[in-house]
Amino acid sequence: MNGPERHAAWSGWAFAAPALLLIAVFFFLPVLAALLLSFTDFDIYALGDLNRLRFIGFNNYQQLLQSPLFWTALGNTFYFVIMGGPLSVAVSLGAALLVNARLTRFPGLFRTAFFLPVVTTLVAVAVVWRYLYHPRYGLLNYALSLLGIEPIDWLGDPDWAMPAIILMAVWKNFGFNMIIFIAGLQNIPTQLYEAARIDGASDWRQFRYITLPLLGPTFLFVALMTLIGYFQVFAEPYVMTQGGPANRTLSIVLLMYEEGFRWWNMGYASAAAFILFTLILAATVLQLKLRRGQD
Amino acid sequence: MNIFTRLRPLLIALWVFGLTGCDATADRPVVVQFWAMGQEGEQVKALLPEFERRYPTIRVRVQQLPWSAAHEKLLTAYAGDALPDLFQLGNTWIPEFVALRALEPLDGRLRAWPEIALADYFPGILATNRLEDQTWALPWYVDTRLFFYRSDLLAAVGFAKPPDTWDDWLRAMTALKAAGGSVRHAILLPINEWQLPVILALQNGALLLRDRDQYGNFQDPRFREAFLFYLSLFERGLAPPVGNTQMANLYQEFANGVFAVYVSGPWNIGEFGRRLPAALQDQWMTAPLPEFTKTFSRPPVGEGTEARVGASLAGGASLALNRTSPRREAAWKLLEFLAEPEQQAHFYQLTGDLPARQSAWKDPALAGNRYAQAFREQLRQVKATPPIPEWERIANKLAYHAERTIRGQVSADEALAALDRDVDRILEKRRWLLAREQQPSPPAPLPLAGEGSEHPAPVPPAGEGSER
Repeated sequence: MNGPERHAAWSGWAFAAPALLLIAVFFFLPVLAALLLSFTDFDIYALGDLNRLRFIGFNNYQQLLQSPLFWTALGNTFYFVIMGGPLSVAVSLGAALLVNARLTRFPGLFRTAFFLPVVTTLVAVAVVWRYLYHPRYGLLNYALSLLGIEPIDWLGDPDWAMPAIILMAVWKNFGFNMIIFIAGLQNIPTQLYEAARIDGASDWRQFRYITLPLLGPTFLFVALMTLIGYFQVFAEPYVMTQGGPANRTLSIVLLMYEEGFRWWNMGYASAAAFILFTLILAATVLQLKLRRGQD
Repeated sequence: MNIFTRLRPLLIALWVFGLTGCDATADRPVVVQFWAMGQEGEQVKALLPEFERRYPTIRVRVQQLPWSAAHEKLLTAYAGDALPDLFQLGNTWIPEFVALRALEPLDGRLRAWPEIALADYFPGILATNRLEDQTWALPWYVDTRLFFYRSDLLAAVGFAKPPDTWDDWLRAMTALKAAGGSVRHAILLPINEWQLPVILALQNGALLLRDRDQYGNFQDPRFREAFLFYLSLFERGLAPPVGNTQMANLYQEFANGVFAVYVSGPWNIGEFGRRLPAALQDQWMTAPLPEFTKTFSRPPVGEGTEARVGASLAGGASLALNRTSPRREAAWKLLEFLAEPEQQAHFYQLTGDLPARQSAWKDPALAGNRYAQAFREQLRQVKATPPIPEWERIANKLAYHAERTIRGQVSADEALAALDRDVDRILEKRRWLLAREQQPSPPAPLPLAGEGSEHPAPVPPAGEGSER
C-alpha cells in the first residue's frame, strides 16, 4: 500500500468508525452479554445479590431441550412460519400483480390501501380483529353463518387460534412485501412482454417464463425477510391470546419474554434466544443454498 | 475581555437562577413518588388533597400502572434503580421483593403504633406481609374468593338459603344442571386458573410444598384428594371445560343462567352491580366457601352453631417503601395516612376495594352493602400460599397441569407427578441457597436431597409450613 492508498483506507475507517462504534456498543456487546448470561442461572435472586449467581454451563440449553413447553412453542413457531410465510408471500405477489396490471385503475389508491395495515399500530389492529373474531357477535362468524357454517370460536378453540393469528398477521404484513414486489415487477423491461405477446404467449406463460424468473432476486429477498420476521413472531399472540388457549399460540419469542420478563429467568430466556438465533441462521443458509442450487 | 461582555447575560442568568434555586430549597416540598395500579392509581388521587393539607411540605406524585404490566414494570424499575418511594404491590409478590432486598422493613416504625392498630387488620392478610419475622408492607385493601350465585335459580331447585357444606353445594349444583337442560352448567371455573384447586387443598390441610418449601408436595394424598374433587366437578358436567378467555361475556351468561355459581373476588361486586340487568339485581348473592373434609361435608356439629366457613385465599394489595429511597420518612407518612380507617373507608367508597382494617367496615356504606358481608366472614378464614418468590411460577404450572388433566390429555396422577417434577426444578435454586446459608464456616457437605426435615434450621422463609 502506498501513501495515498493508506490515507484513503484511514479516512474510510474514520468515516465508518462512528457507525461501527454504535453497532459494537448497542448490538455486539449486548449480544455477547446475553450469550454469557445464557450460561448462568441469572434470576430474581441474582438480581438482588450477584453472589447468588452461578455459572451452569449448558444447563439452560439442556433444560430447554427437555422442556415440553419449549417444544410446544417450537412447534407453534414452525406452524406459523410454514403456513404463514408462504401464504404471506403468495398474497403479496398476488396483490402486486393486481395493482401493477395494465387494466387496474387508480393503482396508487390500491397501493396505499394495501399498505395501510403495515403502518397501523398492531394493538389497534388486534382490538378490531378481536371483534371480528368474536364467536357470537363477530363479523366473520356472521359471514360464515350466511354460508350456513357453524360459528367458530376463533381465538378460544385450540385448533383455530393459530390459523386466526396467521390470518391476521398475513393481512397486517402483506403490504410491505407487495411494495417490494411492485418495484421488482416494474424493473422487468416491457419489451420482453411485447415480444412474448407477438410470439403468441398466453398470460400464464408470460407469468411463468418472464415474470417469475426475473423476479428471482426479489423473491429471494422477500422470502428471507419473511422467514426471519415470522420466526420471531411475538406481538400478534401476545396481544391477541397471550399464548393461549392451552399454549397453542405460544411462540418461542413469547416463551422467551415470559421466562425473561415475567419470571425473570434471564439465563434461561437468553438460552432460548440463542437457540432461536441458530434456527433462523440455519433456515436462512438452507434457503440461500437451495436458491443457489436452482441457478 | 470581549468574551466576558458576550457571556455577561449568561452569567447573570446563572447567578439569578442559582439564587432562586437556593431560595426555593428552603421550603421546596418533598415530592414523594407513588406508584399504584389500575383504578387504585386513578382513585387514590382523590384522597391526596387532605394528605397534602396535613403535610404542607410533602407533595405526592402518583404514577398509574396498568395491572397487566405492573409486575414487570416494578421488577424492571428495581433493576434500573428507578423504584418509586412508595408503591403498591400484590401481596403474593412480597416474597419476591424481599428476596431482592428492595423493601424497607417496617417493624421499627410500627413500634410507634398503638397495638390495636395492627390487631385491626385481618390477621390472615397481615400474615402475608410478614416474612422472616419482619413486616415488609402493610395491606392496603384485601381480596379473597368466594361464591357468587343466582339466588333465584338456587331457590328454584329447593335451596332457599345457600348451602353451607360442599355436599349440599354438590347436590344444589347437580339439581341446577338437571333443571337447566343442555345449555346450562352449574358453575363456571375457568380451567386455566389455579385458585380453586389450591383453596380446596389448603382446606384439606395439604402442604403444597415440603421441607421448608424446597420440594413440591402435590402427590401428597391430601392434595390429591382435593384435586380429584376439583376434577370431578368437570367430570360430572357441573363445570364447562372452558378457559376464561373463552367465556365471551361472563355477565351476560350469568344473567342468562348459563351458569348459576361463580367463584370470584370482591371486584365482581361492583361489576355484577353495573353489568347485570336491573331486573336481576335482587337475584344474586355472595356466600362464603364451605369447609372441605373427608366426606366433603361438615363434621357433626356439636353445638348446632352457625355454618362453618372454609378457608379461602389471602389476597389483596399492599403498600411498601423502597429501601433505598432518601424520602422514606415522607413516604411512610403517606403510607400511614392511607392506612387510617377513615381513609380506608373513603377509598372503599371510591373504588369498591375492601378495606384491610376491620374498623373501616363499620362505615355505613360498607356495612350497608349486603354483598360484602360474606367477604367479611370469609376474610377471617383465609390462608396464605407459600411465601416464596417462586410461588407464582408454581401456581402457573399447577394451572397448566390442571388444564391438561381436565382436557383429558393426561391422568390426574400423571399430572401431579409431572407437577412435582416441574416444581422441584423451579425450586432447585432455592434449595441451593438454603443449603449454602446453612453451611457453617468450615465447608461441610450437606445432604441436599431426600427428606432433610431434620435440619435444625434457624431459617427464615416463613411460617407457612409451621402453621399447618
